[in-house]
Amino acid sequence: MNTTEVKVYTFKDFASDQEVRWCPGCDDYVILRAMQKALPEMGVKKENVVFISGIGCSSRFPYYMDTYGMHSIHGRAPAIATGAKLANSNLSVWVITGDGDSMAIGGNHFIHVLRRNVDLNIVLFNNEIYGLTKGQFSPTSLVGQKTKSSPYGNTQPPFSAGELALGAQARFLARIGGNTPKEMSQLFIEAEKFKGTSLIEVLQNCPIFNDGCYSQYTDKAVREDKQLFVEHQKPMIFGKARDKGLLLNGLKLEVVTIGENGITEEDLLIHNAKEKDPTLHQMLVRLKYPLVTGIIRSYDDITLEERENEQTKKVKANSSFTKTDDLFFSGETYEIK
Amino acid sequence: MTIDQPNNKQKVLEAVVIRFAGDSGDGMQLTGSQFSDTSAMFGNDVATFPNYPAEIRAPQGSLYGVSGFQVHIGSIEISTPGDNVDLLVAMNPAGLKTNLHAVKPGHTIIVDTDSFSKKNLEKAQYESNPLEDGSLENYRVIEVTMTSLTKEALKDVKGLDNKSILRSKNMFALGMVYWMYDRSREYTIDFFNKKFKSKPQIIEANTKVLNAGYYFAETIELIPNAYTIAPAKMSPGTYRIIMGNTATAWGFLAAAEKTGLQLFLGSYPITPASDILHELAKHKHFGVKTLQAEDEIAGITAAIGASFAGDLAITTTSGPGLALKGEALGLAMMIELPLVVVNVQRGGPSTGLPTKTEQSDLLQAMYGRNGESPVIVIASSTPENCFNYAYEAAKLALEHMTPVVLLSDGYIANGSAPWKIQTVDAMPDIKHTIIKQATKNWHPYDRDKDTLARNWAIPGTPGLEHRVGGLEKDRVTGNVSYVPDNHEYMTKIRAEKIKRVQNYIPNLTTEFADTGDLLVVGWGGTYGSLYSAVKQMHEEGYDNIGFTHFNYINPMPKNTEDVLSKFKKIIVCELNNGQFIKILNANFSRFDSTQYNKIQGLPFGNNELVQKFKQLLSL
Repeated sequence: MNTTEVKVYTFKDFASDQEVRWCPGCDDYVILRAMQKALPEMGVKKENVVFISGIGCSSRFPYYMDTYGMHSIHGRAPAIATGAKLANSNLSVWVITGDGDSMAIGGNHFIHVLRRNVDLNIVLFNNEIYGLTKGQFSPTSLVGQKTKSSPYGNTQPPFSAGELALGAQARFLARIGGNTPKEMSQLFIEAEKFKGTSLIEVLQNCPIFNDGCYSQYTDKAVREDKQLFVEHQKPMIFGKARDKGLLLNGLKLEVVTIGENGITEEDLLIHNAKEKDPTLHQMLVRLKYPLVTGIIRSYDDITLEERENEQTKKVKANSSFTKTDDLFFSGETYEIK
Repeated sequence: MTIDQPNNKQKVLEAVVIRFAGDSGDGMQLTGSQFSDTSAMFGNDVATFPNYPAEIRAPQGSLYGVSGFQVHIGSIEISTPGDNVDLLVAMNPAGLKTNLHAVKPGHTIIVDTDSFSKKNLEKAQYESNPLEDGSLENYRVIEVTMTSLTKEALKDVKGLDNKSILRSKNMFALGMVYWMYDRSREYTIDFFNKKFKSKPQIIEANTKVLNAGYYFAETIELIPNAYTIAPAKMSPGTYRIIMGNTATAWGFLAAAEKTGLQLFLGSYPITPASDILHELAKHKHFGVKTLQAEDEIAGITAAIGASFAGDLAITTTSGPGLALKGEALGLAMMIELPLVVVNVQRGGPSTGLPTKTEQSDLLQAMYGRNGESPVIVIASSTPENCFNYAYEAAKLALEHMTPVVLLSDGYIANGSAPWKIQTVDAMPDIKHTIIKQATKNWHPYDRDKDTLARNWAIPGTPGLEHRVGGLEKDRVTGNVSYVPDNHEYMTKIRAEKIKRVQNYIPNLTTEFADTGDLLVVGWGGTYGSLYSAVKQMHEEGYDNIGFTHFNYINPMPKNTEDVLSKFKKIIVCELNNGQFIKILNANFSRFDSTQYNKIQGLPFGNNELVQKFKQLLSL
């Protein structure tokens, strides 16, 4: 990223003149504001920022950002973003997507962008429902959930976005509640810093079609007791009283209370987001109590562009072709007089 | 209709020459005679030329120990075993070395790479491995690990010694050639059953290997070379033999160099288009970026992303892939970005006939998208002009800010022809619409007053931040607009933009006669066949027949109606069930047009065309 001579921006510099049209009370507003606040902190030039979205409520996002943007077609944003990044690696490319967009119609592109490790950021608005088409179940809706297209209850087991991403070799994975903008902004900044594909799953409440789907984890009153916000190299500690923690018992994570059974803070697991082996990250993603938020995984790896650039350099250095004419007249040619 | 027997006479090329070459112990005579016998049984005319060493067992791998068998088969009268060969099967380096001179440039060589050991290369007096040193660049080399595949096919057959296993690899080669030329394996399997009556494991082994070779060729979708017609008179210059797909790839290289833009290809492998991906993937030295995507949709959408970010972006595919790309092509049309979609047509519908040629994607290219979504459609018509039309597709896309569908087909894509090398300096200029600086009151949908192309504001340019998308746009700002008359206005201006391309393309020309009784009309890859049929008629004294061929289909050249009006009758010849004629009739209904179609996965034959034209002229 070219960060020289960056202007000082405020969040207003990133707000477009378009009227924001999400439903009142939607977490999407929180995410938009968190992004507009995070961008000035990232040290990137505004003209280098590109937002690319698919289809769905979340995908209106680029229209509200005064940056380059494309509101594309359903599910394809990761592929479009890959092309944009390969065309110009100086760009700060952001994919805005939802659970239906990324894990149903766009599932293929979602896993492949993670596999390739293109240096771009994906913000996944997961509200476990189709909002724009007015209330059908999504690939992350719960079994039994009654929706417009599952009046007797959903019969399809859900994906866990995090597990799917780790299965596709995600190098950077973060999760955050849709009602914690400060932490969210911080995660956006960390995602931008990270070289490689970053996935930030936002647990986003849809007040119209799936209201309260995360409230057991995200409500202000329970948040601290139910969520473990992990930080690299810090002990896995949570709870309003900071008295709960995680340790590894055999192949399982176990919730323990500091002060009980002789447990002290030193006994708790220390989070290592940079570990190459994703086993513990998988376990953290799966945990229901506490629900793990923050940067779960941040493993540094070579990006697709780096591999491509390196290969191109090598080929150029070893090739005698500098212009197409060199190629056209190479090998067997003959004259007609 | 019941069809008991396929008409095998029509299934072959008019004539093809194949040579099998290997060690005298490789069974080349048996292989060759099986192929010619099978073809003869099908009613082909056949001429063969066995050529084997005097020694019964010459030293293995030596040049003088090479045994060859040439067979010339055809649906027309064959009077010689043929001079130059269309396909060489070389079982070892010595077989390659002694027979390479006979292979037509651009044509196919199948080699058993397992036999290209250091020892065998030395015996054949090769200083370097011809498979690696670039000396076979002008041929289509199909490298097959034939010995290993034969061993693998026979791993479960009991009671075979190593020698018997190796001896049956000729049947792998025969199986491959049978698939390429649509031969039945029945005759050869009968032959095994009779000849090795008392050795059931040899029957099993040979049958297994024959089938393995056949299915291997099917899996890699091995295609025979199309035969091409050389122009009567060649203008002076430096030439090389070029395949259509290579020429297409090179046209894009030239356009990228001319514009200074980087070339980006997003593609998913599909027969018969993959060779364009293979070719462009080689050219990282020119900064070419190729992304082999996870699917057809990702191929085109990655290209759209690259185009948005300022690359010369293309995607390559064949019929089924174009169907998958339809929605994304609509997006590119809506956001008015330059993009070239190459469709190397093959037999359809559905998976159809992947290795056979057809022109049946024309209507899909024209109309295969939701909503009113016109794009430019052009078609190459010979292997060598694939270069020019790829260049032209890039030029039109960049100058008019629109997707362009470039139609090629399996016949010209795999065919080769002499190409008079064109230097980039001599190619026409390309004026893209990139805007480098913000001006007051700039809008993303500001249009050039002549072409109606919008300007191309690329991420990284300060002050030109803007959003595009698939929703309808306000005519000026490009913001989302649901205003009724704006939608109608935008629909019409997008159509008008494509129509105005007429002002920038050459007029339609006629050959042999400008006026007369019958005008032969074609488009795309049938140029060679139609040209030679009309030429033959002129040589026979018919001066009332003319020929016109379309490379520009949407929009059509301005003078189209004028050209058509000079003839009493029009015959539109296509390798489909009648698609271009629908477009032609929709635009120019006043002409007396008939259609002539062939839907057999094969190019037109000369005789059938001449016969049809004569019949029409006699009416």
